[in-house]
Amino acid sequence: MTRGLGVVLVTLALLAAVAAPMVAPNPVDAHFAGLLNAPPTIVRMAGEDHAWHAPFIYRWRLVSQLEQQYEEDRSAPTALAWFSGGRLVGSPDQAAPLLLLGTDSYGRDVFTRLLFGARTSLGLAVTAALGAMLAGAVLGGLAGFAGGMTDDVVMRATDFVMVLPAIYVALALRSVLPLVLTAPQVFALLAAIFAVVGAPFVARGVRAIVRSERQLDYARAAQALGASDLRLLIRHLLPAAGGFIAVQMTLLIPAFIIGEATLSYVGLGFPDPVASWGTMLHDASSNIRVFADFPWLLSPAAAMFLVVLGVNLVLQNASRGVKSIL
Amino acid sequence: MIRYAARRLAFALFLVIAVSSASLLLSRLAPGDFVTESLGARASRQAIEQQRARFGLNRSFGAQYRDWLASVARLDFGYSMLYDRPVRDLIPERAANTAILALTALVCATLVGVPLGIVSGSRRGGLLSAAIRTASVVLLSMPPLLTSLFLVFAAARTGWLPIAGMRSATVPAGGGFMDLIRHLVVPAAAIALPLAAMLERLQAQAMAEVIAEPFVLAAVARGVPRSRIVWHGALKAALRPVAAVYGLIIGSLLSGSFAVEVITAWPGLGSLMLQALRTRDVYLVAGCAGAGALFLACGTLVSDLALAAIDPRTSDARAEAA
Repeated sequence: MTRGLGVVLVTLALLAAVAAPMVAPNPVDAHFAGLLNAPPTIVRMAGEDHAWHAPFIYRWRLVSQLEQQYEEDRSAPTALAWFSGGRLVGSPDQAAPLLLLGTDSYGRDVFTRLLFGARTSLGLAVTAALGAMLAGAVLGGLAGFAGGMTDDVVMRATDFVMVLPAIYVALALRSVLPLVLTAPQVFALLAAIFAVVGAPFVARGVRAIVRSERQLDYARAAQALGASDLRLLIRHLLPAAGGFIAVQMTLLIPAFIIGEATLSYVGLGFPDPVASWGTMLHDASSNIRVFADFPWLLSPAAAMFLVVLGVNLVLQNASRGVKSIL
Repeated sequence: MIRYAARRLAFALFLVIAVSSASLLLSRLAPGDFVTESLGARASRQAIEQQRARFGLNRSFGAQYRDWLASVARLDFGYSMLYDRPVRDLIPERAANTAILALTALVCATLVGVPLGIVSGSRRGGLLSAAIRTASVVLLSMPPLLTSLFLVFAAARTGWLPIAGMRSATVPAGGGFMDLIRHLVVPAAAIALPLAAMLERLQAQAMAEVIAEPFVLAAVARGVPRSRIVWHGALKAALRPVAAVYGLIIGSLLSGSFAVEVITAWPGLGSLMLQALRTRDVYLVAGCAGAGALFLACGTLVSDLALAAIDPRTSDARAEAA
């Protein structure tokens, strides 16, 4: 049952990322200048006249400029527009936007940015995990197959990287490059860094599996039939490690999501207009008290929690004996 | 055992030297240096050259590294350009703050996680172990970054606890120590909660495996009371796999404390390192990295030796593998 919940959470997150432009109620770069730190709009069906209506919203009216307090303007309800303008749902009135999770301090829709941020954050984590898997499988396969010196060198190197705190390695590698980079550069750079940090976790397990599988009859039979070393490794031995690689890769994804968030939070991640879960938290981080006044700004953290929880639930039993990077 | 200890000690030394050298090299390779970062783009070339000469940044990396190594041998870790003070004066206080935070978190996590793991691992069914397990799975999905954000939110909302820094500006009634404890609650809990969850899961798994062994059945058959079996016989066997994890925890403890230090403005090594990296203060970067590596090396050394003392097979097996 809990596993089912995990599958639902992960699927929802992936759907949000893929369908972001269609589900998002507002354009991702829209600034609502009169609605800084506005709270979430409440979608209502019961009107002032005590009758049921199609879902509608009231616009926010600023009552205190200093404290950024808003109240609903009950005089003019706006009916939501469904399936118009290529969006699932939205508000036809620009002055009364649908803000499901409120706005940030620049007046940008948090819910929309959360969906687009899922693209950046999840996309980066999955790309990096694929990279870590490739590098880890190659290194682990080589070390386990060749043995001797190669094995020693690879294993010492992975030992060394694994013993270091992952976030410091990422931090040091990130800050070697110019502090200000474009978004695609940051994406490629972070993916490469995370792959380097994550690869040892894959490599160690693959090496152990390749080493023990190599002694088994089927591997010896393939060799006796004239299979080359490369064929033996790729066609016979690495597939045996497939299950382990899949589990380990999935375990790396939450770690990479958090890694991106940490680096972006401290200002070494994606540049400003790009929406990612980490940059959304960064925008609010100048004064930590804003989270207390405008709790909806914490929604990227909640989204991360749900995704990590989903992955953990899916892997609950599969991950025994696999080391975690967190 | 002595050979094993010597081997681990050599690795610890290598770790500290390699990490601080690598970080010096990396921050030297980075584009820009402290002078360009601090003076900005509009500074005249002459002013830049003058500053570079003052800090010795105009030499080749080889010469700089050689001088640095020589001075490190005399326990002089260079000069922080950012703080205009020797690195040696800056690091100990920050390192002590990180140690306070990390050790408090580790002790709390152990005191909470391990007993709960014993309880939930020794009973298969039951409401209590189900509740413990659910709490653990939830907390496991909240790494320190998220936990500290949520705790800061809760603390700021209720106003019960301070959310930032390590000490109040004015020492309140109750003295400085109580003040420190109050500031410590949020950051330490942010690290300890996920860690406790991890220890609980590991301990529960180890306990469940030990309880399935024949010697436990034999004890039950002899009429040994249940609590005695769990808290004496089985516990001894089940502590070993958990003790083995402590060497690996140190790394994640430092990783976790980095995020927490930045969020709660705890004046530790992590936030100093971040500052040094951003301003390209190379010697400070190397000093912080070296101090962090020293932590790590001591932690793994102590846990390796403790483990070898509990379980002699470890040192034999590792010595063979090494």
